[in-house]
Amino acid sequence: MAIEMEQFYDIFFEESLEGLDVMEQSLLSMNSGSETDLEIINNIFRAAHSIKGGSGTFGFTEVAEFTHVLETLLDEARDGKYTLTEESIELLLRSCDCLRNMIFALQAKESIDTEQSKELIEAFNKILDEENGGGGSAPSAELASESNASAEDDGLKNWQIVFVPEPEVLQTGNEPLRLFKELAALGELSCKAHFDKLPSCEELIADECYLSWTLELKNSDASEEEILEVFDWVIDECKLEVKAVSGETEQDVEREVESKSAEVHEEKEIPNAKEEPKQAPKPVAAKPAAPKSGGNENAGSAASASASSIRVGIDKVDNLFNLVGELVITQSMLSELGNNFDMTKLEKLSSGLEQLLQNTKEMQESVMRIRMLPISFAFNRFPRMIRDLSVKIGKKVELIIQGESTELDKTVMEKISDPLVHLVRNAIDHGIETAEERLEKGKPETGHIRLDAYHQGGNIVIEVGDDGKGLNKDAIFNKAVEKGLIERDVQLTEPEIFDLIFQPGFSTAQQVSDISGRGVGMDVVKRNIKSLGGRILIESKIDVGTTIKVHLPLTLAILDGQLVRVGEEVYVVPLLAIVESLQIKSELVNRVSGDILLYRLREDNVPIIRIYEEFGIEADNVDIDNALLVVVEGDGQKVGLLVDELLAQQQVVIKSLESNYKRVDGVSGATILGDGSVSMIIDIPGLISYSSKRSRKRSHVKAA
Amino acid sequence: MIMQNTNSNLSAHDAAEASNREILSFILDNEEFGVDILCVKEIRVWTSVTEVPNTPSYLKGVINLRGTIIPIIDLSERFQRPAKEYNETTVVIILHAIIEGKETVVGIVVDAVSDVYKFDEKQIRPAPDFGSEIDSRFINGMATLSEKIIILLNSSKLLDADELYRMTNRAKAV
Repeated sequence: MAIEMEQFYDIFFEESLEGLDVMEQSLLSMNSGSETDLEIINNIFRAAHSIKGGSGTFGFTEVAEFTHVLETLLDEARDGKYTLTEESIELLLRSCDCLRNMIFALQAKESIDTEQSKELIEAFNKILDEENGGGGSAPSAELASESNASAEDDGLKNWQIVFVPEPEVLQTGNEPLRLFKELAALGELSCKAHFDKLPSCEELIADECYLSWTLELKNSDASEEEILEVFDWVIDECKLEVKAVSGETEQDVEREVESKSAEVHEEKEIPNAKEEPKQAPKPVAAKPAAPKSGGNENAGSAASASASSIRVGIDKVDNLFNLVGELVITQSMLSELGNNFDMTKLEKLSSGLEQLLQNTKEMQESVMRIRMLPISFAFNRFPRMIRDLSVKIGKKVELIIQGESTELDKTVMEKISDPLVHLVRNAIDHGIETAEERLEKGKPETGHIRLDAYHQGGNIVIEVGDDGKGLNKDAIFNKAVEKGLIERDVQLTEPEIFDLIFQPGFSTAQQVSDISGRGVGMDVVKRNIKSLGGRILIESKIDVGTTIKVHLPLTLAILDGQLVRVGEEVYVVPLLAIVESLQIKSELVNRVSGDILLYRLREDNVPIIRIYEEFGIEADNVDIDNALLVVVEGDGQKVGLLVDELLAQQQVVIKSLESNYKRVDGVSGATILGDGSVSMIIDIPGLISYSSKRSRKRSHVKAA
Repeated sequence: MIMQNTNSNLSAHDAAEASNREILSFILDNEEFGVDILCVKEIRVWTSVTEVPNTPSYLKGVINLRGTIIPIIDLSERFQRPAKEYNETTVVIILHAIIEGKETVVGIVVDAVSDVYKFDEKQIRPAPDFGSEIDSRFINGMATLSEKIIILLNSSKLLDADELYRMTNRAKAV
């Protein structure tokens, strides 16, 4: 084939990794000993099979060989000849890891480390040998001996292949013609088509295959294995018979049939020609071997190899498509209205604009939804992790996952994965007690970890819960005092005490394990979540358990903002950060240490930040009296921003300044307003630290 | 055989293309500068920009170019020449280049756009040392075209944020 194979590599890698995920999940859901569900084994088998097929096609022999052994074992299991034990499931899981490493190595264009795979292959072969009493009936051994046999027999062979595909074979993107071409490369190929199943024209369905073939491969040095390999992709969808024949009889038969089917031969092209166009415009062929699927993407992927892709459900795209259609209709209606407008049509105009607003909103939502992925992408790594960890530390833990179909923005998901891993590790290591402790407390021996996700308002809430020992308030309090984080005589509420565990360097674990307990981590978790604009809450009861709730915004791309004007510039203040807006009463302003102004807001003293001063621009109002003050909170600190005017509140789309410029102090990004102008989004915590840095510098200068 | 012929024809054609580079030239302080025309995305008239706080004065601000936020640099200020009033011939050249695998877009303010020239690689001479008057990092060479000298700017350097926004030695010394 003249097609550049490399363009399909990425698709193959992606699919293989997905396949591995499926394998892993299925393996984990399999309980050893109990009746194994055939469907699960089939799932695993299919995943292994397509990895093998793909890697064979692309010439990744290490992967293909390894998966072949895997497949052999799974085949035995599928046929009920072999029951998967705990040991073999463990082996299969390890081979998932091994395959994943191989694929990563291929992706990075590094050489594959075969040591691990060899070890695993040996282990598998041992199992197979034991199972079959060492009788050599293990398929892998069989295949090996066969290929040996054919290698010894250096004379050229003749093969007869009977290929009876199922009618659906074309719909999966497999074209018999292509297979025959590949076979032709192995030797002299002659081909006979059988038309006996061909229905009449009225009954014929164009994209089904009614033909079967008898193929003869003459003077070929190919082994049976090589011939079978050609049919790798269709093996599940056809009846295939390959046998070696002696040359003469074959030719006789051929002659006989040839004379009979001479005229039929001509017609063979007709159904095929009909099949062709049906198949060609099918760009969604799922298998990487289908040449059509990658062609269009290639231009894009070549330009930016590092850009990641997401899979979007066709329903989401359809929905978007419909909305665009509606938008076009609204647009044409409005432009028609604009062509000859008079005041009588005012009502029509406003209803048209209303419709436009509706359309845009819906479209915005549906574009957002394209970026949304079910949270199961983040949750799926936990079953394996918990299985490994519970074995490692000898606790019995069961994982309950709920709400895995809750959708979340892809970027948020990527950033929340690691903090979640941390929380789950903590729950296992610190939360869940050992089996003995649990029995003593009258709890069931097996501990439970619960992962849950659901929507609440504009937020998504992710819960990590355990039914372990709970947080010990007094221990945390004492530890905090000991570490000098708080004074002994302060009164703290329960949530405030729990919040202490997010302090850097805080750990009440008596023993540091390699899983957790070093006291780094929880502060990082909190920081990560805060940087996403989220919150983290802890609920805990002694001996009942701990639940950690992570509240996150659904998306990072949109923000509710308050527009404020300072001089000629319009800034966006995140609405979430605003505590209140008020008019300054001069009697409540205190001047401390020279420049710093404090505003008395009930019990608080709030420092005033003059935006025009920080940003070096002109403002209308430099007089503090009666000026507008927007009180905002960032990083637990309240400040007042001095602005000239409060404008509208609106949702703004966040655009990065960094993509074409770089980070700017006090600004978290920019947005485009309704009139097309650009407006800066104020980064409240950033502005506070920038301002205090500046005032410190100023006082230094003064002191000097 | 026929295939080979067409191939060699093609490559000869390509070679001719490569040596015949096109540049867009513009006027800055009565001097003519040039950038590779393939780096030019578009040319716009000066429109008001949104100031970005706490940035050097040569960064005039940002504009919205069909949904992308683009910084606008006053090239003459960047080259440490006095700031000027903007008038109706003041234009913004939007340059783009792929830097470290991602597209970077920057607008530069110039006095006027002058012409498009074709020239041979042979016509480019290495730039003499300018001292600190112009930052020689951004200069690719000089091209002589019928008694005119055009200073060729290195567009990819010009667009590289690290280079573009780095303080010049002279500015540091002050």
